[in-house]
Amino acid sequence: MEISSRGRVFLRHVLLAVGSLVMFFPFLWTVLSSLKDISQIFVVPPQWIPDPFVWSNYPASLEAMPFVQAYMNSFYITVIIVTATLISASMAAYAFAKIRFPGSNILFILFLATMMVPKQVTMIPLYLVMDRIGWLDTHWSLIVPGALFNAFAVFLLRQFVMGIPRDLEEAAVMDGAGYIRIYWSVILPLIRPALAAIGIFTFLGAWNSFLDPLIYLNTPEKFTVPLLLNNFKGLYTADWSLMMAGTTISVVPVLIVYIIAQKQIIEGITLTGIKG
Amino acid sequence: MQKKHQALWGYLFIGPQFLGLLCFSLLPLLYALYLSFVNWDGFGVPLFVGLDNFKGQLSDPDFWKALINTMYYMVLVIPAGIILALLVAIVLNKVKGKEIYRLFFFMPVVTSSVSVGVIWMWILNGEFGILNHLLRAIGITGPMWLTDTQWVIPSIALLSIWLGLGYNMVIFLAGLQGISKSYYEAAEIDGASKFQQLRYITLPLLSPTTFFVTIMMVISSFQVFDQAFVMTNGGPAKASYTLVYHIYDQAFIDFTMGESAAAAMILFVIILVFTLLQFKMQKRWVHYGD
Repeated sequence: MEISSRGRVFLRHVLLAVGSLVMFFPFLWTVLSSLKDISQIFVVPPQWIPDPFVWSNYPASLEAMPFVQAYMNSFYITVIIVTATLISASMAAYAFAKIRFPGSNILFILFLATMMVPKQVTMIPLYLVMDRIGWLDTHWSLIVPGALFNAFAVFLLRQFVMGIPRDLEEAAVMDGAGYIRIYWSVILPLIRPALAAIGIFTFLGAWNSFLDPLIYLNTPEKFTVPLLLNNFKGLYTADWSLMMAGTTISVVPVLIVYIIAQKQIIEGITLTGIKG
Repeated sequence: MQKKHQALWGYLFIGPQFLGLLCFSLLPLLYALYLSFVNWDGFGVPLFVGLDNFKGQLSDPDFWKALINTMYYMVLVIPAGIILALLVAIVLNKVKGKEIYRLFFFMPVVTSSVSVGVIWMWILNGEFGILNHLLRAIGITGPMWLTDTQWVIPSIALLSIWLGLGYNMVIFLAGLQGISKSYYEAAEIDGASKFQQLRYITLPLLSPTTFFVTIMMVISSFQVFDQAFVMTNGGPAKASYTLVYHIYDQAFIDFTMGESAAAAMILFVIILVFTLLQFKMQKRWVHYGD
C-alpha cells in the first residue's frame, strides 16, 4: 500500500515533468534557433545547441525593424489603458454596488449584455467611426476604447464592492466624508486584490492585442509589438534565425512580467473562473 | 433633496464607463445592424438593400467554407482541450511543488498570439521544423502541416490546445479545490476505488466548472482568427479560412461593408444560439451542490 502510493506520486511527477517540457519546449527552441547562423538553422537532422552562438542576430533584428519604438508604443498605450480602466471601472462598480439612483439596474444589465457581443460585430462600425473623427492611424483609436469601456471589469469589481459591509461606509459618513472620499479612502483600499487581478488582465489584453492595431494602424513607427512582429514575419520568412531573434525580443519581457506577477495572475483567473 | 444629490453622484461615477459603453459598444452595435441592410463600399452613398446581404452570405461559398472550417476547428479543440486540461488539473491537484509545474503550463497563455504563431510556424515547418524531425526519430513521416489542406486546421487546433491548456487547467484546479475532502473520506470507507471516486464524486461535483469552461471555449473558438492570419493567411486554398477571417476580408480587403456586417450578425446569432442551447442542456449533466 505504502509503495503503491509512493509509486503513484512518482508517476504524477513524471507525467507533469513531461507535460511541462512540452509546454516549455517551443520557447526553448525559439531561443536556441535565434542564436544560430542561417546555415545551422536548415541542417537536417537539426542541431540542438548553436555552434557558434550568433549573438549578432539580436542587434540585426533590432536594426531591421523599429522594435524599440514598438516597445515604447505598446508600453505607454498599455499603461494608460490599465490606469484609466482601474479608475473608471472601479468608480462605476462603486456606484452600481452602493449608490441608489434611478435606472441603475437597467444600466447594469446593459453592461452585462454587452459582454455577450463579439468584438467582430462592432469592429466595422468602430473602424468607420474612427475614420470619421480622424483617429485612424493614431493611438487614440486603441487607447480611448480600452480606457473607457470594460464591462467585464465593471462587473467583477462590483461583485467585490458588494461584499464591503455598510458599517464601514457609515463610519466614514459620520466623519463627514463625501462620495469621492469614501470611494478613494474606503472602497479602493478594500478591493485591492480585485484591482490587481483586473489590472493584470487588462495589461495582458492590451499588450497582446492584435486585431485592433491591425485594423487601425498603418505607419510602422506607430506599431505595437504584436503588429510589428507580424510585419517582421512578412519580411523575413526565409531568414528564420533573424525571425526567431525578433520573436524572442517580443516574448521575453512578457514572460518576465508573468514570472514576477505569477501569483496574482493565477489568483485573478481563479477569481474570474469561479465568479464567472 | 438628499436623494437627488445621491442620484447625481451615481450618474457621475458611472459616467466614464457608460460613455464608453455607449460609444464603443451600443451605438456601434446599432450601426452594425444598419450596415447589414445596406450596400456600401465605405466611401460612396449607402444603398438600402433589405435582406440581400444576408441572402448573399448564405449563398456565398466562402461563407460556408469559413463556417465549416470553424466548426471543424471547434470539434477538434473543445473536447480535446477540456479533457487534457481536466487530466492535468487532476494530476496536478495533490502534487507537491505544483507552483513550478503551473508556471510552465501557463506560460503560453500570457504570450501574444502573434509570437506564438511565429514560433509554431517554425516548429510545424514541413521540411526543417522540429516536430517532423522528432516524429522521424520514432519512425513516423510527418505531414507538411501548415501547407497541406488536410492538416492545416488540425495544426491550428493543436496550437490552440497547447495555448489554452494552462488557462483551463487553472479554472479546473480552482473547481477541484472547492470539493470537500469529506466526500472522498466517506467513499474511501465504503471501499470505492480511485476510478470510482473520479467517476462518481470528482466529475459530477466539477460539472459546473466544466460547464463554464465549455461555454467560454465555444465562444472563443467561434472567433478564431489571429493564428490563421499569422501562420497561413487563411490558406492553403482557403483551407484555414475562418468566420472572423471572412468578416475581416470582406470589410478591409473587398470593402463590402454591408456583406461583412451581415456575416458578423450571423456569427453573433450563431454564438447566441449555441450559448443558449448549452444553458438548456446543462440540466442534463451539470450538478450544482445541494
